Amino acid sequence: MLKGKKVAILGDRDGIPGPAIEECVKSAGADVVFSTTECFV
Amino acid sequence: MDLENQARIKDLTDKYGKEDLIVILGGAEAEASGLAAETVATGDPTFAGPLSGVSLGLKAYHIFELKNDVNADVYEEQIGMMEMVLNVDEIVEEVKTYRK
Amino acid sequence: MNYPAIKGAGYGLIQANGMLIHHGTTQTSERIKNAESEHLQKLPEHLRSFEDAVKYPPNQAFIGNIMPDELKTIPRPWYENQINDAARDGKYGEIMPEDEFLGLMKIVDIFDLVVLEEEFQAHIKEKLAAHLILGNINKFDNLNKNTGSFDEINKMVEEHVALPLYFEGKLLGCVKKAHEFDEALSAHVMFENLVAKASAVYALKLLMAKTDLNPEDIDYIIECSEEACGDMNQRGGGNFAKAIGEICDCINATGSDTRSFCAGPAHAFVEAAALVQAGVYKNVVVLAGGCTAKLGMNSKEHVKKGMPALEDMLGAFAIHIAENDGVNPVIRTDAVGRHRIGSGASPQAVMTAIVTDPLDSVGYKITDVDRYSPEMQNPEITEPAGAGDVPQANYKMIAALAVKRGEIPKDKMLQAVADFGMPGFAPTQGHIPSGVPFIGHGRDMILAGKIDRAMIIGKGSLFLGRLTSLFDGISFLIEKNSGTVDAGFDKDVVRQMIGEAMRDFAKTFNAQ
Repeated sequence: MLKGKKVAILGDRDGIPGPAIEECVKSAGADVVFSTTECFV
Repeated sequence: MDLENQARIKDLTDKYGKEDLIVILGGAEAEASGLAAETVATGDPTFAGPLSGVSLGLKAYHIFELKNDVNADVYEEQIGMMEMVLNVDEIVEEVKTYRK
Repeated sequence: MNYPAIKGAGYGLIQANGMLIHHGTTQTSERIKNAESEHLQKLPEHLRSFEDAVKYPPNQAFIGNIMPDELKTIPRPWYENQINDAARDGKYGEIMPEDEFLGLMKIVDIFDLVVLEEEFQAHIKEKLAAHLILGNINKFDNLNKNTGSFDEINKMVEEHVALPLYFEGKLLGCVKKAHEFDEALSAHVMFENLVAKASAVYALKLLMAKTDLNPEDIDYIIECSEEACGDMNQRGGGNFAKAIGEICDCINATGSDTRSFCAGPAHAFVEAAALVQAGVYKNVVVLAGGCTAKLGMNSKEHVKKGMPALEDMLGAFAIHIAENDGVNPVIRTDAVGRHRIGSGASPQAVMTAIVTDPLDSVGYKITDVDRYSPEMQNPEITEPAGAGDVPQANYKMIAALAVKRGEIPKDKMLQAVADFGMPGFAPTQGHIPSGVPFIGHGRDMILAGKIDRAMIIGKGSLFLGRLTSLFDGISFLIEKNSGTVDAGFDKDVVRQMIGEAMRDFAKTFNAQ
């Protein structure tokens, strides 16, 4: 499903941060065009 | 959702189009994750940011929903522990509702 | 090994409703977008009285009048189950109303930037003169001079030369810019920096009042808030530490500032511990004041849900670290956890680096630590805003690691959380909740024999500064003192040992 898709990542410091999601979707063949981690506290 | 990030997502949609661009969330809570999914789909419901009243029509998935698409070892290393910590079902159910 | 000891802790809380409305960034951002917004109209109706802020159970826990564990027995919402006979004076500190704090800001300001309305200044001078701890503070005389009329103050605010200071809805003063055009000395920056300075001064005065630490004993101060002071040619030059020490008569001290977002305090502790253990300094104080920007940060959600605006408190702390005295709990400098640059960003990698790596290095299991003190934000503040229960989330991660390591079975995960976890009770003031709030309690619990050891964890979102995507985290263990002070290398003992060895050798030699 992810292969070849353009992906924008909205990570969460208290959930899954951006870089961790990036590793996952890259392994699935997606193209990461934006990645960030938000912090709510 | 951070206002700066709203602007970036808007620009990226202009560049790549809503068919090819998907948003992947890592939210810890159902409410916050749902808010992000709603914002990129139909606009910022809090009317705080650049996506207020802007319907980008993007599909958002929480990374928990994409387990089967990701290499098993990578998923276990990056996400495995949080499956035991966060309320996976509640988060996934909430995010799905904004993806029509 | 002579580990350094934690000799005392002081905690201050200042109610700051005026600053919440006029300087919290949620409100200032809203005012720019829509000054007539519903949120700004409704917010004043949700402000708490000072008495309510004092009676609020998490605030009583912060200043040491109740233990964090006691919060488990008080039903939620805590703001509807107040402690009726609560006092503003606490075992480790005090809660201060905003008018007194405006007076304190005037006292600590030595560049005539804080201008208070003449009648108000006279009144607050009298009030503060009667304060047991602040009545004779260095620079108290600043309350004798440089007042302004209401019109003068109002004019400065309207002309954007100064930022307003309000109390109970009345404009009673302002903080002026320190330079005509230098942005690093703007009214906004000076305001935030003076708040950080004044609140840290308060915490240090409280520490010295509540313990037997004297100002002249302190050799080094490490300030670890998240502000920067300087000018346009050195925007973050510093330093707050010495400025604070000056007001508190720490004539033998010098100091510096340590920064790492919310992980600042934990880094500062490790630095202080290392300096003391190495014998560079004997008495180090780690301290930090509060942050006006974060006041009312989540107030939109609180107002929408009919709650009081709970983020009305500025927090401050000061902790004394000194040489091992054979009594006080020690800082295990051989078990410092750290998130390294190469550690990785997954939650598992982060928690492993910060929590389990240091435990492994000294042969402890996760379950050997009696209490963990990560980010102790009050969940009553964070849950309505969709940020969940932060301490609880950290506890679940630690317990999940224990399961993964085979230390506990999966069905005992929540029991572990209940055993080594505590309810959060600190205001959402960034660096303030990060590990530090438990140090006073932890020290007392260890001294009373209730627990043997606790881990203090600080985590920081460095990525918010837009220079790195990295996270940061530091942890250290505090532990019961072994009771003996290592006297180190004793020449006489060694001479005796050599003498005995030679006599033994001679005996053997003669016997042959």
